[in-house]
Amino acid sequence: MTAPVVLDRRSVLAGGGALIVSFSLRGAIAQEQKPQSPALPGSLAKSPNLDSWIRIDANGQVTAFTGKAELGQGFRTAFQQIAAEQLDIPFDALKVITADTKLTANEGYTSGSHSMQDSGTAILHAAAQARALLVAEAARRFDLPPDGLRTENAAVIAPDGRRLGYGELVASDMLHVQAQPTSSLKDPAGFKVMGQPVPRVDIPAKVTGGAAYVQDMRLPGMVHARVVRPPSYGAQFVECDTAAIEKMPGVIQIVRDGNFLAVVAEKEFSAVKAMHALAAAAKWRESAKLPNQHDLANVLTALPSQDFAILQRSDPTVSGARSLEATYTRPYQSHGSIGPSCAVAQFIDGAMTVWTHTQGVYPDRQAIAEMLGMAPASVRLIHVEGSGCYGHNGADDAAADAALIARALPGRPVRVQWMREQEHGWEPYGPAMVTKLSASLTADGKIADWNFAVWSNTHSMRPGGAGALLAAQHMARSFAVPAPKPLPLPEGGGDRNAIPIYNFPNAHVMHHFIPAMPLRISAMRALGAYHNVFSTESFMDELAALAGADPVEFRLRHLDDQRGRAVVVKAAEEFGWTRGQQPPRNRGYGFAFARYKNLAAYCAIASEVEVDRETGRARLVRAVAAVDAGQVVNPDGITNQIEGAIVQSTSWTLYESVTFDETRITSIDWQTYPILRFNAVPDSIAVHIINRPGQPFLGSGETGQGPAAASLANAIAHATGKRLRDLPLSRKRIKDAIDA
Amino acid sequence: MMTLKVNGRDHQVDAEADTPLLYVLRNDLALNAAKFGCGLGQCGSCTVIVDGKAVLSCVTPLVLVEGKQVTTLEGLGTVATPAPIQRAFMEEQAAQCGYCIAGMMMRAQALLMRNPKPSDAQIRAELEPNLCRCGTHMRILRAVHRAARLMDTADAASDRSIR
Repeated sequence: MTAPVVLDRRSVLAGGGALIVSFSLRGAIAQEQKPQSPALPGSLAKSPNLDSWIRIDANGQVTAFTGKAELGQGFRTAFQQIAAEQLDIPFDALKVITADTKLTANEGYTSGSHSMQDSGTAILHAAAQARALLVAEAARRFDLPPDGLRTENAAVIAPDGRRLGYGELVASDMLHVQAQPTSSLKDPAGFKVMGQPVPRVDIPAKVTGGAAYVQDMRLPGMVHARVVRPPSYGAQFVECDTAAIEKMPGVIQIVRDGNFLAVVAEKEFSAVKAMHALAAAAKWRESAKLPNQHDLANVLTALPSQDFAILQRSDPTVSGARSLEATYTRPYQSHGSIGPSCAVAQFIDGAMTVWTHTQGVYPDRQAIAEMLGMAPASVRLIHVEGSGCYGHNGADDAAADAALIARALPGRPVRVQWMREQEHGWEPYGPAMVTKLSASLTADGKIADWNFAVWSNTHSMRPGGAGALLAAQHMARSFAVPAPKPLPLPEGGGDRNAIPIYNFPNAHVMHHFIPAMPLRISAMRALGAYHNVFSTESFMDELAALAGADPVEFRLRHLDDQRGRAVVVKAAEEFGWTRGQQPPRNRGYGFAFARYKNLAAYCAIASEVEVDRETGRARLVRAVAAVDAGQVVNPDGITNQIEGAIVQSTSWTLYESVTFDETRITSIDWQTYPILRFNAVPDSIAVHIINRPGQPFLGSGETGQGPAAASLANAIAHATGKRLRDLPLSRKRIKDAIDA
Repeated sequence: MMTLKVNGRDHQVDAEADTPLLYVLRNDLALNAAKFGCGLGQCGSCTVIVDGKAVLSCVTPLVLVEGKQVTTLEGLGTVATPAPIQRAFMEEQAAQCGYCIAGMMMRAQALLMRNPKPSDAQIRAELEPNLCRCGTHMRILRAVHRAARLMDTADAASDRSIR
């Protein structure tokens, strides 16, 4: 991912204008002096040309490009801030273009809290280097040294007051040069736009009914399609009498290809009615054998696994006396997007265009092209926002559905909208997981020995190949589901955050990777980190209790990472955490901490919960978080992400599990898959950001998921005196524990 | 053909009587705000106001709203001249993906029309049918409180201008 980019001097020298040559030779010379040239920052490593990120038109319009997809995190605004700051352009004067296979760099997937690290960093450096090029060109024209020039309001200004606008300075190829490993970045102390809570650029349209989502697209001549999915995994189409359905008002066509079945109509509700009729008429042969959802711990640990020892640290001079062991489980959980997946596709003159809320326009294009037997160059994917996805939901599948149907109706834009039960029933879930932990304490109350084992599926079955797409699996010339692979460390998948951040003299971590996937699964916000942090941080509290130590002090006892210590201390202080604190009756306090992936943002959360002992109902009353996501671009954006993480993780942790019988998924709507509603919303959430000016962006989208869960679990244990280790920490489980 | 009154205007609509209001608003009238979320009346993202009351447009057949006043988010204001509830949601940055937000705003608007000074508990109770998955709830609550204050100020201002 960070392969060094070799500067091609011949292409540099052939580049044209004096400016490009002199600029690029500087890099070339530097490279000769230092053969091991450092990798380019962020996504510049993969797409090194500055004009992949920044374009300046002769009329002065500046555009920043990102290959990442806005999913509701607000990074479009953050990227605009970065480019405006480094280029000295008014914020409002800048445009940002997001993921589109025709226009933007290939940045793979928008996932793993990587957008700020990858794309934000690329834009930061590309903008700074573009500014340097503009200043150099102005210096040449002014016949002045560049050091004396300044930039302001999209122009370069000489000490004598002469000024040249960026549009006047730019030459056609000026930015078509490779980036350099280092940039002359602005001093954070002088930031005017970065670091400010700039209002999100997308919110005005979203609160006034402007077109904001792929669901809102209305292309001329567009028709509406609905898919009829099989009733269960692997079900085979037997027969369907479609004669009456074809005659229903407004029905244009029924599209069937093997087990793929869909109907197209002029009007949307005609398509819905025809879909219901089709679903009732279609006969399927079902064969799925789903596991016992009430025994997932035994089901998972009994499946064949590939076993990896991912940490083996030994210090024979330290051994423990008192020991503890525990098993924690997580069920399958749904992304549960509020808007079911949707896509629009149009097939004209052998070229396919798909408007989609996929997280990866390039990999999804690859998969759709393979499914259709088309060259990727003939397929264009354009990202348009959808409802929040929180990982791999039905977006890619809906895009494939739309493409397959559009191919059957050349020329006509086809809009496919999944129904609620399709999103809930067919999305790839967050995988079920099991962790087994054991540890021992030294006489002075420190952890001597830590053992952690996790059983999990992979956490990404995202496209790359067509076999990841439902439509491709279901069509007659069907594509097999690709073999799952464990995601590599240091980021990891099922083992994400399985390695403790704490300093334990003896530590052993095993990753039992399970290839067999009883349910369709893939990436869900934070991947394995949600359960691994829940397990680690719950167990830390159990061990603190065994040691008779305060949970916060016990963590600090084992934590050397200074930035980690800073967020722990900050969250505790802001919460008003004190050793031996006595909560009001039926309330409890909990604490948890993690550094996401052990290499991204730090987050510590202190929680207060209230438990109704009669019903077992737990409610988060207040949460106080401290987060260090590196250099802050938009503090309100980070706060929004952490607030959201706490509320969403509270919902996962207290309520959520996918349900199924022996054959079919049975959690297919909001009644069968309840999530948090307003009656469970806390009284307050406070987020305290520790800014790190000049430090790398760390991304804040997923860092809160694990700590929020463990903080809640620890607070429930504090309130009830009972430790719950199986997610979700449901009303019934809490009540049963209280009564036991 | 039937006449549908939406945002103060009459529209001639050619749709079957059992068509849910949501599809007519989104497709026949090209109004984006009301969203398809479940089609089952379980999530509130399709919420609009009919004769002053918050209604789930995904389960409300067209025939039931004939002759009634339908208001969607578009009918409240624009980016240039936002209604108090819209201004409040912008000022509180009360959205992440924003897909649920139009429905939240319409239910809150219906509450504020009937009870201009709701308590926090009343706002939470009112918004109970509406789901948000991004976890933007704290901001939504702050925005509704802010909208109430803005409406109060706007009323006071218009009272003064009348005097």
